[in-house]
Amino acid sequence: MVTENKEDWLLRVRGLSKIYGEPISNSIRYTGPKFGTNQCPETDAIVACAEIDFDLYQGEVLGVVGESGSGKSTLVQLLYFDQDASGGEVYFRGVDDGRTNLLNVSNQRKRYIRNHLMGMVYQNPRDGLNFKFSAGGNIAEKLLMAGEFHVGRIRDRASGLLEKTEVPVPRMDNAPSSFSGGMQQRVQISKAIANNPPLLFLDEVTTGLDVSVQAKVLDLIRGLQRELGISMIVVSHDLSVIRMLTDRTMVLKNGRIVEAGLTDQILQDPQHEYTQLLVSSLL
Amino acid sequence: MIETKKFSRSYNYGFIDESTKKEIRRKMLKAVAIPGYQVPYSSPEMPISRGWGTGGLHASLSLIGPQDTFKIIDQGSDASVNACNLRNFVKRMTDCETTFDTAEATVIQTRHRITEEVLTDKQIIVFQVPQPEILRGVERYEFKTRQMHAEADYAKMWVSLYESYVKFGAIMRGAGYPVKVNKRYIMSPSPIPRWDVPNLSASDTLHIFSAGREKRIYAVPPHTAVEPLEFEDIKFKVEEFLGIRCSVTGEGDAFMDEIYESEDSRKHVINDSNFLDKLRGGPRPNQRLFANPQDEA
Repeated sequence: MVTENKEDWLLRVRGLSKIYGEPISNSIRYTGPKFGTNQCPETDAIVACAEIDFDLYQGEVLGVVGESGSGKSTLVQLLYFDQDASGGEVYFRGVDDGRTNLLNVSNQRKRYIRNHLMGMVYQNPRDGLNFKFSAGGNIAEKLLMAGEFHVGRIRDRASGLLEKTEVPVPRMDNAPSSFSGGMQQRVQISKAIANNPPLLFLDEVTTGLDVSVQAKVLDLIRGLQRELGISMIVVSHDLSVIRMLTDRTMVLKNGRIVEAGLTDQILQDPQHEYTQLLVSSLL
Repeated sequence: MIETKKFSRSYNYGFIDESTKKEIRRKMLKAVAIPGYQVPYSSPEMPISRGWGTGGLHASLSLIGPQDTFKIIDQGSDASVNACNLRNFVKRMTDCETTFDTAEATVIQTRHRITEEVLTDKQIIVFQVPQPEILRGVERYEFKTRQMHAEADYAKMWVSLYESYVKFGAIMRGAGYPVKVNKRYIMSPSPIPRWDVPNLSASDTLHIFSAGREKRIYAVPPHTAVEPLEFEDIKFKVEEFLGIRCSVTGEGDAFMDEIYESEDSRKHVINDSNFLDKLRGGPRPNQRLFANPQDEA
């Protein structure tokens, strides 16, 4: 397990929020777990995330759990720049030594950061893979975005990644649509780690897969994390996935963090009423 | 209004009204200022269908004055039906001189070729462009392609070349090979053959690309770097006509048309009709030639 050295943070998030619709100044104040809703009573704006503060440490795996609509996926999409945040600050150790708020940088710089320093595995492979391209082409896309323009080296790297993620290398030039769900997910993982990013987001990666495939994918992720020392943020509503993969866990409800701590502690001795309900209902 | 003796008085000089011509010229200036960037323009109605050279006519008629000499080529030929009709129309509307001779022309409108003979800084070449958006094959939404251009996000374009190489063992783009202009925008050079692509780079001539149906104008100004996309280990190649000679002139080193004679017999003729005529009648005109990487090695 990773120790929390205060100087060893990789990602620092402060006051991150995302509001859909027309917010007013009180939208955040009148929503959240205390009110049991994330919908502003006056304007119907949806406060998907608000007041999100946390640090992610080097080599750490952070779990994010919560019910549907609690803001888990929105949170990682904001951090991966899939969506624009409504407010807050995000600092990344690898960018200007952590002094620049990434939410304020240009779209071009965000793209650079995404391509070089981050990886994302989506719940639905269609969000993460381009089904017009082959599996190798999808991995090539990530490498090309990072400035690798040598076809021989691209193919070597893609073969190595597919081998590592147990996708048959001879099928590298096949379209992902001809792959099983588990294989598509493993191609997505290969693509996400193609540039050796220090940070990987995993959004419900095992949802929709059968149990044996789930176990394979989880083993693969755990093995890669140990081998490569990547920091990860794992979003899941499945507490067994969180138990298996993560060092620390945050529990989200109505777009707010209601509890955070070591995963074992959260699962064995939940303090917040909602976490207790979550743990008792799922275990 | 420009006063000339012969052109039809039923229409404004150059068919298009003066304010629209002015707008098109302003868009051309913007295109020149940002090489490779597609500038939207109004694309007025013309007496021919869209897709038959309206974009080229917009640009040509906005540029031409009575002192100009106009040449038009259609896939290398001055004498195709489309070229003849467009030439007659421009002549009737502007009363300018027309010519088949590349060296004499001041404005050249072309469909799918650049002349073999080197163009000078006294000439402007206008390309008819069917599909100006080079990224359309990899991204169907216009707002996304604009964003991709704005952020120089061309990974999908590169992947399409990678996929072509993986599938066929070569990059199978015969015409409209993607080029990077001035180290910034990726641009469609219109469906010219690969043979012509190197001619765009560092040329003395202003190249105007106009797509009437798609309402876009873009440009490669003189002396601008134009680089075809190529991988470090898979280099761009022009078409090879190794050992092939023109059946009319006996000359090589030009883009050739292959003419089917019978199942076993093909003959080749130089595609650029004016270049071919000059070869028949005298010394070889000035020409830029580019070798393939393996030939250089």
